[in-house]
Amino acid sequence: MNTILEAKNINKFFHDPETIQVLENINFSINKGEFVSLTGKSGCGKSTLLYVLSTMDTDYEGSLFIDGIEMPKKNEAFLAKIRNEKIGFVFQFHYLLNEFNVLKNVMLPGLKLNKYSADEVEHRAMEKLKILGIEHLALKQANHVSGGEKQRVAIARALINDPHIIMGDEPTGNLDKKNSDLVFDIFNQLSDEFNQTLLIVTHDPSFAERTHRIIKMEDGKIIS
Amino acid sequence: MRKRLLLNIAKSLLLARWRQTLVAAVGVTFSITMFITLLSFMSGLNDLLDGLILNRTAHVRIYNDIKPNADQPINKSSINANGHNFIGSVKSDANRQAIYNSEAIMKAIKNDPRVLGLSPKLTAQVFFNDGSIDITGSIFGINPSEETKLYHFDEYITTGNSADLTKINNSIILGKGLADKLLVQIGDAVQITTSKGDLFQLKVVGTFQSGIKDFDNVQSYASLNTVQKILSVPNDYVTSIQVKLKDITQAPAVAKEYQQLYQTDAEDIQTANSQFETGSSIRTLISYSVGITLLIVAGFGIYNILNMMIFEKMDSIAILKATGFSGTDVKKIFIYIAVTIGIFGGLLGLLFGFGLSAIIDQIPFNTASLPTIKTYPIVYNPRFYFIGIIFSFITTYFAGWFPARKASKIDPVVIIRGK
Repeated sequence: MNTILEAKNINKFFHDPETIQVLENINFSINKGEFVSLTGKSGCGKSTLLYVLSTMDTDYEGSLFIDGIEMPKKNEAFLAKIRNEKIGFVFQFHYLLNEFNVLKNVMLPGLKLNKYSADEVEHRAMEKLKILGIEHLALKQANHVSGGEKQRVAIARALINDPHIIMGDEPTGNLDKKNSDLVFDIFNQLSDEFNQTLLIVTHDPSFAERTHRIIKMEDGKIIS
Repeated sequence: MRKRLLLNIAKSLLLARWRQTLVAAVGVTFSITMFITLLSFMSGLNDLLDGLILNRTAHVRIYNDIKPNADQPINKSSINANGHNFIGSVKSDANRQAIYNSEAIMKAIKNDPRVLGLSPKLTAQVFFNDGSIDITGSIFGINPSEETKLYHFDEYITTGNSADLTKINNSIILGKGLADKLLVQIGDAVQITTSKGDLFQLKVVGTFQSGIKDFDNVQSYASLNTVQKILSVPNDYVTSIQVKLKDITQAPAVAKEYQQLYQTDAEDIQTANSQFETGSSIRTLISYSVGITLLIVAGFGIYNILNMMIFEKMDSIAILKATGFSGTDVKKIFIYIAVTIGIFGGLLGLLFGFGLSAIIDQIPFNTASLPTIKTYPIVYNPRFYFIGIIFSFITTYFAGWFPARKASKIDPVVIIRGK
C-alpha cells in the first residue's frame, strides 16, 4: 500500500493571547484508497490539524509528506501548486464563486492546473457533474442552486484534477439528514468505485462510524 | 492560457460589480478629460501669448548699439603698456547707427543655411503734427512683403493693405491708437516733422493693431525707401537687420557668431524676451500639476473601490487560494481589474478630452487687442494624449497594487474557519 499522506511529529502552538499547544506530537499516515474520518469534540484541534495537513496553514513544527514529498513551509507558490494538483477541498460552507456558473466553478482549478485544454477541462467537469447527478445544473449561476446541490458542486470541483486526496472540513455539518446521507453516499461511492482517498473531519458519530477508519482526537492528541 | 484564465476571472469580478466599476472608470475618464482639455487649452493660450511677441520678433537682431567704444585710443598706444589706464568722462560713440556694408552682410546672411529669411529695418523718430499738437512717434521702415512672410505683419493690419506701402509713394500705416489721436482715416494725409526739422506729408493707407496698446499709440510703418527719404540717407542705410532662423534654439549661438563676424551688435530672442519663456514654462507646469492631481484623486477612488471589493470578495479569494491559486495569481487578478478600469476610463477620457477641446475651440473669443483671434485657442498635440493614457495606466496600476497586495496576503484558513 502506498502512503498518500504522512504526518511526523507535528506540533502547533497558538500564541495569542497566550501560548497554548493545540497539536501535540501528531503521527499518522493515510494510504491510498482509505476513507478516513477525523473526529473529536469541538476545540480538540481536528480542524486545525486538517488545515496543517492541507498545506494552507504553515505555522507548525514537524514534517508533513504528501505523496512522499516533504512540504516546505515558506514556498507559497509551490504549496498552491500542490493544493491545486493533489488536494481537493470540501468545506462546511460550500464556498462557490457566485460570479461564475456551476460549470465554470468546477472548471476553475482545472484551468489553473493547465494540464488539459479548456475544452477537455469542460468535458471532464461535465463528467464529474454526471457522477454526482447534477449535470442539469451546469449552466446555472452558483448562487441559484440549493445548499445540498452547492455541496455536490463543491465535491465535483474537488475532483476535477483527480486529486490524491480529498479533504473535507465538516462537509455535512451544514446540511439536513437527507443531504448529509447523499453526500456520504457520494464519498462512499468515490472510495469504492474510484479508489479515492478521503480525509473527512466530522463531529457527526453516525457519519464517522460508516467510514473505513476513524482517527479520534482529544486535546490536541490522537487517542485512537 | 494561465494569463487568460486570470483575465477571465478579473473580468467576471469586474462585471459582477459593474456599478462600482463604472463609478471608478468615470473618475478616471473625468480626470483624463480634464487633463487633456486643460493642457490643450493652456498650450493654445501659451502659443497665443508667445505669438504676440515671439512671432513678431526677430530671432537674431543685428544693430549698432549706442555705447562707449571698447578700444579707447590710450589703450592702443605704447605709453604705459604694462599698466592700467584710468579714463574719465568716457562718452558713448554713436555717430553712426547704420550698419556698415549692410548690403553685403544681408547677402551673406541670406546664404546661411540656418537662416529662414531676413528683413532690414530702419527706425525714424518723428513728430506727428496735428494742428498745434505734436505727438512723438516712430516710423519703422520695412519691406512689407518680407515682413509679412516672416513676422505675420499682415495679421495685424486691421484696415487697409500692407502691399500699398510699396505701391503708393510716401504712404504710411498707423497704429490704431495713433490714428485715433490724429483723427485720420485711409486716404487722409498726416504731416510729420523729423528730428532734424524737415517736414513731410504722408498718405495713410492702413491702420494696425498689434495687441499691445502702447505700441499702437506711437508706432507706424512705412516702406524702407520712404523712411530713407524722410531721413535723407542713401538707400543702403538700415539700422537693423531682423533675421529669422529655422531653429529658434540656435539663436544665441548665431547671434554670437554674427557679432564677431560683422563687427556689430547682435541680440538673440532668448535674451531679449526671457520673461516669455519663463511665463510659458510656468503655465505648462501648472497645467501638468493640476492634471496629475486630478489623476491621483481618481487613483484614490480606484483604491477605495478595490479595497471594498476585496473586503466583499474575501470568501472568493480564500476559495481561489484553497483550490490552488497562489498569492501572485490573486494579486495579478486585482491588478488586472485596476488597469482595465484605468485603460478603458483613460481611452474614454481621451475621446471626451478631444471632444471638449473641440467644443472650446468653437467658442467665440473676441478681444480688441487680438484682431486675428476669433475663438479660444486650442492646441491638438498627440503628446498630451500619449501622456494622458500613460498616466492613467500608471496611476491605476499603483492604485490597484496596494489592494492587490492585501488580497494576496489574505490567509484562507482565517476566512474559511472564521465562518
